[in-house]
Amino acid sequence: MTDTLNVAGLTVHYQTREGALQALREVALNVPAGQIVGIVGESGCGKSTLINALLQLMPENARIAAGSIRLQAEELVRAPPRRLRDLRGRDIAVVFQDPMTSLNPVLTIGRQMLDVQYRDRRPRAAKLALAAAMLGRVGLPDPVAKLGAYPHELSGGQRQRVAIAMAVMMRPKLLIADEPTTALDATLEVQIIELLRELQQEIGCAILFISHHLGVIAELCDRVVVMYAGEAVEEGPVHDVFLSPGHPYTARLIECDPGRMKTRVAQLPAIPGNLPDLTDPPPGCIFRARCDSATERCASHPGHVALAPGHWAACHFAAKDRA
Amino acid sequence: MLQYAFQRILLALAIVFVAISALYTIMITLPGDPTTVLLGPRATPEIRAEFRANMGLDDPVLMQIGNFWTRVLAGDLGTDFNRNRPVAEAVFNALPHTMALVFGAIFWSASLGILLGAFSADNRNSWLDRISGILSVGFIAAPSFVVALYSLLIFSVTLRWFPTIGAGEPGDLGSRLYHLVLPSFAIGLAWVGYVARIVRASMLETLGENYIRTARAFGLPRRVVIYNYALRVAILPAVQVLGVGIGGMLSSAVFAEIVFSRPGIGALIYDSVSGRNYPVVMGSMLVAIGFFVTCALIADLVNAALDPRHRVKS
Amino acid sequence: MSQFRHSLAGRLLADPFAVLALLIIAGLVLIAAFADVVSPHDHAAMNLADRFAPPSATYWLGTDNLGRDTFSRLAQGSRIALYVALTAVSISGLIGLVLGMIAGFGPRWLDNALLFFFDTLRAYPTIILALALAALMPRGLGTVIVVVVITSFSEYGRVVRTQTLSLKNAEFILAERAMGASFLRIVFHHVLPNVLGPFFILAAMNLPVVITIEAGMSFLGIGVPPGTPSWGATLKDGFDYIRSTPWIILAGGLPLILVTLGFTFLGEALRDQLDPKLRKSR
Repeated sequence: MTDTLNVAGLTVHYQTREGALQALREVALNVPAGQIVGIVGESGCGKSTLINALLQLMPENARIAAGSIRLQAEELVRAPPRRLRDLRGRDIAVVFQDPMTSLNPVLTIGRQMLDVQYRDRRPRAAKLALAAAMLGRVGLPDPVAKLGAYPHELSGGQRQRVAIAMAVMMRPKLLIADEPTTALDATLEVQIIELLRELQQEIGCAILFISHHLGVIAELCDRVVVMYAGEAVEEGPVHDVFLSPGHPYTARLIECDPGRMKTRVAQLPAIPGNLPDLTDPPPGCIFRARCDSATERCASHPGHVALAPGHWAACHFAAKDRA
Repeated sequence: MLQYAFQRILLALAIVFVAISALYTIMITLPGDPTTVLLGPRATPEIRAEFRANMGLDDPVLMQIGNFWTRVLAGDLGTDFNRNRPVAEAVFNALPHTMALVFGAIFWSASLGILLGAFSADNRNSWLDRISGILSVGFIAAPSFVVALYSLLIFSVTLRWFPTIGAGEPGDLGSRLYHLVLPSFAIGLAWVGYVARIVRASMLETLGENYIRTARAFGLPRRVVIYNYALRVAILPAVQVLGVGIGGMLSSAVFAEIVFSRPGIGALIYDSVSGRNYPVVMGSMLVAIGFFVTCALIADLVNAALDPRHRVKS
Repeated sequence: MSQFRHSLAGRLLADPFAVLALLIIAGLVLIAAFADVVSPHDHAAMNLADRFAPPSATYWLGTDNLGRDTFSRLAQGSRIALYVALTAVSISGLIGLVLGMIAGFGPRWLDNALLFFFDTLRAYPTIILALALAALMPRGLGTVIVVVVITSFSEYGRVVRTQTLSLKNAEFILAERAMGASFLRIVFHHVLPNVLGPFFILAAMNLPVVITIEAGMSFLGIGVPPGTPSWGATLKDGFDYIRSTPWIILAGGLPLILVTLGFTFLGEALRDQLDPKLRKSR
């Protein structure tokens, strides 16, 4: 079965006054059909750029310098705008991070859900019925009344459910969830994750789930991609990556995850150093400056080092000391 | 929303109260015979004596203010002793003309300004955007009474395309509109510039908002995104500005009414000031300020109704 | 040299509109200062034989209803305009500065009271207020300045208040106070410099408004005493005699338009340079 999403060699540059900012460099990832793939990384790793590139909705000063993005084998890079617009909202759908600002404040929920169905030639009543049904499916009480409500009248968790309802209403092939639970508290997070899992099974879509919350990724995803400073540094089944990470950065991320802390410490662990300057990225391994085990060899780029079928890491020493 | 509306209405009433009371106080505390101020120079001694007695002119100031407002609330804006008629009659005959002028100006300047602003934002840095930007500043720069004089000179006196005097035949809508063209043009010209700039800036800001990104991410057609989603939000600051701007338009209306010899509140105030006809001055100022504050209030409430975020601002 | 280019003056001079604006303003100041030298005729000299003359070599902008040279009258008018503008803006600015800081630093109730005061002043449309006050006060430049000051100072007050409020709670201010800095030091060393930028932008935008108000009032006959060659008075003559000659109005409107354009462009350029947030949205 074809993968839902194949990204290969994706390189995105932003034109700035200081030169070209290489936001993404040779990023590759795959989302097999019907699977949930997580993307994890700190701020500045290029997650937002990746999403914008996938949707082909990048700011004016951004350009795709190289690479391909294929949605079920259809190439998106340089596809005609009309075709891209057709795909958005129907085959690719997005749930954004902050539900307060990603819904239009001056239009009712119902109106926005109607607008999303603009391609359908069905009568308005049918569209409203579908919208109400979806709102009910995502767990909103009294969905029909909610159609007439404004976003600010709902709570944060409810707004996010609305966003999810809008996204899955057209039964997309790929659902991109950009840190959908970051703005919510922990109990809500659990509910939203559960909801996403259920919907995924019902609709059979693939999900690309971006988060910096390792626990949620471990809980929900089948596979995970670790990103750092614009590169994908590790990819594999979520269990393998988290239990025996191949890349030092992944290992440090796991170490530093507050969710794992079992004992009290005076200071939360952090990775020393700063992100490299992306207008002039260092040759060789991108993590070299902050890595404990860096050697002379790291001056050359590791490329993808295979660790197991479907699991690779971008580190020269990834395959060493593996149990 | 109701709470917000209630607060704003209360504030508006307080402002009108204080503003007019202050003016009234100044008038009655002027040195000299207060009856001259309140009745005008033409009143006879008998009327003055009677007035003194009835109005309690030797009462403390606060009480006089109270009496003034009591009379106003009963609909009595005073008497115009020059023409022997109630001030209210003069004022409410004049008001519709000024309202037609002001709303006419708003209508054409807002429509043009919004379109220009939206188009400029949509086509940033195109030649239309740049020209529109320069023109906007230029329009703002020309004082409205100079524009009025120039239009009178060029389009009325020289080219004879438009009438020079009056508000048109009563009852004849076409004639009325014809006489409205130049004056409302003069008043509105600067506002095209203001509105276009505000809408452009507001649109650019709105287009950067997250919910526009969502709309695009769902593949909504460009026209829907710009005009239904973005413009709807972006217009609101312009509505606010226009509401407050009615004050400026009233000032411009004074000139427009004089230059084009039109009836209206502005002309009324001017004439009554020249004739030292204080009752009419007070009455027409009250109505003018009341009109202005009401319009600004309505604009504010519309804004609050359409944009829930606006209500937090006070 | 590069330091100059990046300084405010340097950046302003790089903007063609700002240069144009500065030229216009310089022209205004020069004409006002040297009005008597620049004028070809005595502005009060009446030449009844040459009434309503169109522009010519002798009378550059024509003559008015009493045969007075329009150009010379307008040149004199620039003095009045500048005098009113500078006086009124200085006074308004000062009052606004003081009140704004009181509103910003003072107790909450005082702030609310002052805000209400400002709001109430805004309820008076400018010319309508001018007319009302004209009914009560003697005619003359003094009245004009009073009117302008009353209608303008609340704008300055608001700007100063906003800046003061935002600075009041800024961390570095708290740090200074924790170190015992006196109130006056905070005001002069921190608040004022921060206030100056928006203040000058406001002043640049306000000057042409002030000049226009004076012209408007003189046009209506409630401004300068009769005979004074204010730009507004010239326009009034032009209006009264509009059927005799178009030139008085045409010439009379020019200085007002030029000056308003000049200061508005300058204000825009200043805003672009001093407010970095706005710079990006170009």
